[in-house]
Amino acid sequence: MNGIHDMGGMQCMGPIIREENEPRFHEEWEGRVFGMFFTNFAEGHFNVDMFRHAIERMGPAEYLETSYYEHWLHVYETVLVERGILTQAEIDEKIASLRQAGES
Amino acid sequence: MAHDHAHNAPPSETAMRVKALETLLTEKGLLDPAAIDALVETYETKIGPRNGAKVVARAWTDPDYKARLLEDGSAAIAELGFSGVQGEDMIVVENTDEVHNMVVCTLCSCYPWPTLGLPPIWFKSAPYRARSVIDPRGVLAEFGVELSDDVEIRVWDSNAELRYLVLPQRPAGTDELSEDELAALVTRDSMIGTALAEAPAG
Repeated sequence: MNGIHDMGGMQCMGPIIREENEPRFHEEWEGRVFGMFFTNFAEGHFNVDMFRHAIERMGPAEYLETSYYEHWLHVYETVLVERGILTQAEIDEKIASLRQAGES
Repeated sequence: MAHDHAHNAPPSETAMRVKALETLLTEKGLLDPAAIDALVETYETKIGPRNGAKVVARAWTDPDYKARLLEDGSAAIAELGFSGVQGEDMIVVENTDEVHNMVVCTLCSCYPWPTLGLPPIWFKSAPYRARSVIDPRGVLAEFGVELSDDVEIRVWDSNAELRYLVLPQRPAGTDELSEDELAALVTRDSMIGTALAEAPAG
């Protein structure tokens, strides 16, 4: 599928930024996404083709503005909802309740 | 409960989404948070480029192993126990005086996890993915690698099913070194092809 992810040969992307002594995960949530994804992948809830298809359907602006593990999160959520494992409403309600619990 | 740093800040929208997914899937019995803890720890501490360095050092010291590695990378790497997710199908490409290999994943950030661990941020970045295939010499220069004009550069584009490991050239003056000492000269970037193996100290 043609799309923004097909970056080979694109120009004007700027210099390559490197980071000395880079941590494996920059934020705790990155490790959680990685681990959740890995676990469900290994258990056969989804496969690499579903992963690629979901990432290649991301809008170009969102794709460029978000990080590697944000792409994973997008894919994970997309596949979970499309496979009927979770509903978007369930996810939104849980976020709201977690936020409320955090504020009280 | 006062913290003295950014933990005071409310969790980001993203962190909240992740927490929501983890909580829901755990409630449904589809996830075990302890298993995720273990995976994160494994990838933070055990699976990384030291694995690939052992493969390279073995190839430098054992010609039969090297022949097997170049013939069937997946099987030869499995001999050393570094198989698993995202390393199922491996091709090893050898640097010589005539040819320098480097690896990119233009479509995503496919990377051989069992031998190199999780990819560094630059490997996942748009500039590296975009430019490696049209200006590899420029990219190498940015990494401080200057190759003579008569060295052919081959750029290998990984994908979700097939990943590459570069077998760097063994540095000069290392005839007396043990396999472990050799492995210490093999950097992560030398196995991606954006660096050469390090020269021995002294």
